[in-house]
Amino acid sequence: MLKLLAAVVIIVAVFFTFVSPLAMSIRQGLDLQGGTHVVLEAEDTPEATVNEDAMERVVRIMEKRVNELGLAEPIVQRQGERRIIIELPGIKDPDKAIQVIGKTAMLEFKTEEGETVLTGTDLKDAREQTDQQGQNVVGLEFSPEGAEKFATLTSQNVGRTIAILLDGEVLTAPRVNEAITGGKAVITGNKTLEEAHNLAILLRSGSLPVKVNIIETRTVGPTLGQDSKDKSVFAFTIGLGAVVLFMALFYRLSGVVADISLMAYVVILLFVLKLLDATLTLPGVAGIILSIGMAVDANVLIFEHFKEEYLSGKTLRLSMDAGFSRAFTTIFDSNITTIIASAVLFCFGTGSIRGFAITLGLGVIISMFTAITLTQFMTKNLIAANVIKNPWVYGINKKPQAEKEVKQLG
Amino acid sequence: MAKMKVQQNLPKIRFDILKRSKLWFAISLLIIIPGIFCMFTKGFNFGIDFTGGTIIEMEFQQEVTLPQVRDVLREYNLDNATIQLSGDASNVEASKDVMIRTMDLEENERKAVMASLKDEIGDYTVLREEKVGATIGGELITDALMATVISWILIILYVSYRFEWRFGVAAILTLIHDVLIVLSVFSFLQKQVDSSFVAAILTIIGYSINDTIVIFDRIRENQRLHFKRGGDLNELANRSIYQTLTRSLYTVFTVLFTTFALYFFGGDTTKDFSFALLIGFFSGSYSSIFVASPLWVVLKNRFPAKKI
Repeated sequence: MLKLLAAVVIIVAVFFTFVSPLAMSIRQGLDLQGGTHVVLEAEDTPEATVNEDAMERVVRIMEKRVNELGLAEPIVQRQGERRIIIELPGIKDPDKAIQVIGKTAMLEFKTEEGETVLTGTDLKDAREQTDQQGQNVVGLEFSPEGAEKFATLTSQNVGRTIAILLDGEVLTAPRVNEAITGGKAVITGNKTLEEAHNLAILLRSGSLPVKVNIIETRTVGPTLGQDSKDKSVFAFTIGLGAVVLFMALFYRLSGVVADISLMAYVVILLFVLKLLDATLTLPGVAGIILSIGMAVDANVLIFEHFKEEYLSGKTLRLSMDAGFSRAFTTIFDSNITTIIASAVLFCFGTGSIRGFAITLGLGVIISMFTAITLTQFMTKNLIAANVIKNPWVYGINKKPQAEKEVKQLG
Repeated sequence: MAKMKVQQNLPKIRFDILKRSKLWFAISLLIIIPGIFCMFTKGFNFGIDFTGGTIIEMEFQQEVTLPQVRDVLREYNLDNATIQLSGDASNVEASKDVMIRTMDLEENERKAVMASLKDEIGDYTVLREEKVGATIGGELITDALMATVISWILIILYVSYRFEWRFGVAAILTLIHDVLIVLSVFSFLQKQVDSSFVAAILTIIGYSINDTIVIFDRIRENQRLHFKRGGDLNELANRSIYQTLTRSLYTVFTVLFTTFALYFFGGDTTKDFSFALLIGFFSGSYSSIFVASPLWVVLKNRFPAKKI
């Protein structure tokens, strides 16, 4: 009895103290915290075909670009053969980010004759700066090789213009006054320092080896994210409350035991999600809320078998034992099929669907575990304590049949 | 020695479910056949996940009306854009919360539209922006179909292994029934079908199979105990359904509690998702009682096991 009371007190205390902080500490998806999700797809062009090496380089370049946006936890992830997913949580200006991500960033220095002399690969560094006239410029520093090329270029073109192009678009076309041998140049013509900053990021991270298209962007503003979070919490509370009440009403003390198992279930589920470093998305939260309704099913199965056994004339203790052992195969078989469905969903789904599959699958496994261990432990201890003997308290309404009739079926 | 099992508390069969099998099948077909007809004629209201397109949801500082937004979109030849005023349902004429769905817009075009909305109507904050290229939709459908078919094959294999093939086939036919019911309702009501709908369908599959297996498990148990030498299959199925009826009802209650909570309080984003689940859970509970076991009996009668 003491063990039982201790278990109950601990579970209830843990539930009420930790559920909220635990839930909030799990990484939230973009649909909950706000942010931008971008899917890129590489495309074959006559100049460059997509291959493993090119994709790896694209990923690295994207990581560089994204990191320089200064966000807390950006994610750049390869998906399939030629796709890359980028997640930018909490981004303030998604348009600018999308622009930075989507640029090919091919830098060229061309002579008046249209001959390309230098490219982005000759660069060593690019930084935004404000010059003496208060203009926002990008200062370029060439590699030793690039510096040499640049010196030749400028010395041969004194008095003429050279054009600096990004993705075929002329950024600036300054007139060369004298040969520049120091290996440094500036790109003028940026309106703001931020624009210069973005250009510098692009130049530093280098140009993409293949053509990359943005095929999907999703942005959730912080207001909507917060709103979704609030509503999820509310739906969770109502759903859980209704199930708890239902179980207590229909199974009485046994129902309360199931409710305590349910609390343990919620805590364990959140804890496992936290351990797996899972990302909680809106469908994932929906999965958790749904799973509460499903999680008590194992308890219902056990209690129904228990009732049946008791009504067949067994003692409470023996009925509970038999209830558990008979319910076990049912719980096992019926849950394995749900696990199969969620495993398939996990393998074929992407993004938020995957999150949903994880919570659903974990939910089934954990609820099986809590029903078989915790509910069993608590009900058996409760009955063994022999304090409460009235079967009504355990959710049994009928009396066992007095006369035992022999009935042949079939 | 003839084993006589003492049977107590067999629930009285007040209502013979199996005798009316044809009625249950007819009820289901009454929804499914017009549903399939509707799927071919009206089709589905696919979301941008499937069709590709752009969605912008914004909250204006003051209330705006449909014509205001439509006029701005007309300047960009986006006459057939879908505009939805949401937020407080009390006022359908004007709302601060506006959702615009158009075809797949280029970055520059989208920015231009959004700038015009600001200039001509007023300032707003962006709640949500989505842009999906048309190419992704096709893949989503293939992936979804693959996922469904593979899960069915695995479930059939598992159930055939643990039970027997007739249970497996009956279970899958029941699942197909549930999926068709949900698809029918979504086609009738033209509710939006997007990627979360796929997740809903698979959840329904998971739930329905679970519910069905519990009854089949009971049939299996009763078969072993009382029907070793054959017997009336209807009686066997009826008894098993009644013995698990309380559980079936309680479980659908608890699941519906949480789904209703999600539907009413979970916000707009998950509304269609939880609606699909609601339909699916109703159908799944109905079918596990009124479709699955009758189907099993049909199969069992049609393909009797060889006598050893």
